[in-house]
Amino acid sequence: MNDRDPSRALRGRRRFLARIGAALGALGVAGCDRLSQSEWFPRVLDSAERLNERVAKLVTGRKAMAQEYGPADLSPTFRSNGTAEPNNAEYAALASNGFADYALDVGGLVAKPRRFTLAELRALPSRTQITRHDCVEGWSAIGKWQGARLSAVLDAVQPTPAARYVVFHCADPMEDDGESPYYESIDMDDAYHEQTLLAYALNDRPLPIPNGAPIRLRVERQLGYKHAKYVMRLELVESFAHIGEGKGGYWEDQGYQWYAGI
Amino acid sequence: MHWINVVALTLMFMSGLQIFNSHPALYWGASSYTGRPAWLEIGARQDGQGRMSGYTRVLGREFTTTGILGLSTDDGRAYAQGFPSWLTVPSHQWLSMARSWHFFFAWIFLVNGLCYVLYVIGSRHLARDLWPTRLDIRGIGASIVDHLRFRHPTGEAAKRYNVLQKFAYLSVIFVLLPLVVLMGLGMSPRLDTLFGGWVDWFGGRQSVRSLHFIIAWLLIAFVLVHVFEVVVTGLWNNVRSMITGRYRVPQESVHE
Repeated sequence: MNDRDPSRALRGRRRFLARIGAALGALGVAGCDRLSQSEWFPRVLDSAERLNERVAKLVTGRKAMAQEYGPADLSPTFRSNGTAEPNNAEYAALASNGFADYALDVGGLVAKPRRFTLAELRALPSRTQITRHDCVEGWSAIGKWQGARLSAVLDAVQPTPAARYVVFHCADPMEDDGESPYYESIDMDDAYHEQTLLAYALNDRPLPIPNGAPIRLRVERQLGYKHAKYVMRLELVESFAHIGEGKGGYWEDQGYQWYAGI
Repeated sequence: MHWINVVALTLMFMSGLQIFNSHPALYWGASSYTGRPAWLEIGARQDGQGRMSGYTRVLGREFTTTGILGLSTDDGRAYAQGFPSWLTVPSHQWLSMARSWHFFFAWIFLVNGLCYVLYVIGSRHLARDLWPTRLDIRGIGASIVDHLRFRHPTGEAAKRYNVLQKFAYLSVIFVLLPLVVLMGLGMSPRLDTLFGGWVDWFGGRQSVRSLHFIIAWLLIAFVLVHVFEVVVTGLWNNVRSMITGRYRVPQESVHE
């Protein structure tokens, strides 16, 4: 051993330790990325989703009401996220006519399938509520919604006992080639919930196109992506495995959680 | 239990930063659109010559944070990203996967944490070792001076937690950790339905998101000090005592 300068040796050691630390950190992050891309690991992670759903419903109760606000809390403008104008000729034709020819088609596992014009939807028992919209990205906005109660629509069509979910088929394609229409699904607890609406008005005006005209879903105890816009057709199903990629919604097919109450 | 906690909290912190990155701004109040600006915002912008830069705005004051916050560079390509990829899980923008990591390890953390609390109470570790005695409280002043001068207890005193250590551990275990969980739950639109809007007790949903973020960083600050103290008071001896319970009392160094 030669007589090395101790402070230099110490600096060398510190540099060495720092490099080891950085290498371990990179290894950890890279390892997490590899796990994220594997087939099995995300399935393990998503086992927590069922638990989240069960516990959240158990703790709050089936009929728990989302918080409502006063007019002073309204956001100056209600942010439009995702599609602002559906790239769909059929929809554009309806819009050009102020949605006078629009009709909501309700079918699937129901005793009396039928169509509802906007006037018929407006004539159904309605509800007006000022609620907070929480986007999965993290922001929130507060808006005043008016719409037909989904329970009133269901009472009119009479779901069969086999029906477990309501699927919302929408007019907005999620790909540039006009494919992959947006869709969403909710269970019957949410479908019959008092605050679940087919909304036709936002802040006392007819629902604007960027916010989902003529009809959008409000399902207040879940995150924003569940609130399907541009709703054209409701389908009552026992399982949504045959729709899209089978996960119950456009974003669910991209890996987002079906239960978006958390 | 401690090491399960280290893994779970690390992964929750890193996946939490990835979740934050999908909307890198924090607000006070129920919503993000109250007319008041965000109190914290991280972003990227382009100047007249097409040069990109990252910025961080805190309470109206703006800092250029290119390369760390707002704008990261990877293989010579610059891209907008709140926290850099080496701090997040997954490393690149992938919100749904980050949520999956976060919620899975939240359960591990919660179950582990509850087991730990039961253990410290049941084993009387809480009453015997963690709870400050009257003697401890009287010695606070001296302990602060000792810490500031980096003088650490030797002999038998080194086997016990000192008073500042006790307060630090107790506030992390019984204040910060429960609060960070509560603020996390407060972001759930379903759990918000309890007690007619309990989230407003903490300032509203966006305030709760802010508090969740702030407490997470307070926990990181605790970890940094904690690791620093473990290292400077004898890394090997401490880690061995953390795992096996065996702690060798250091010999008093002989003065020349």
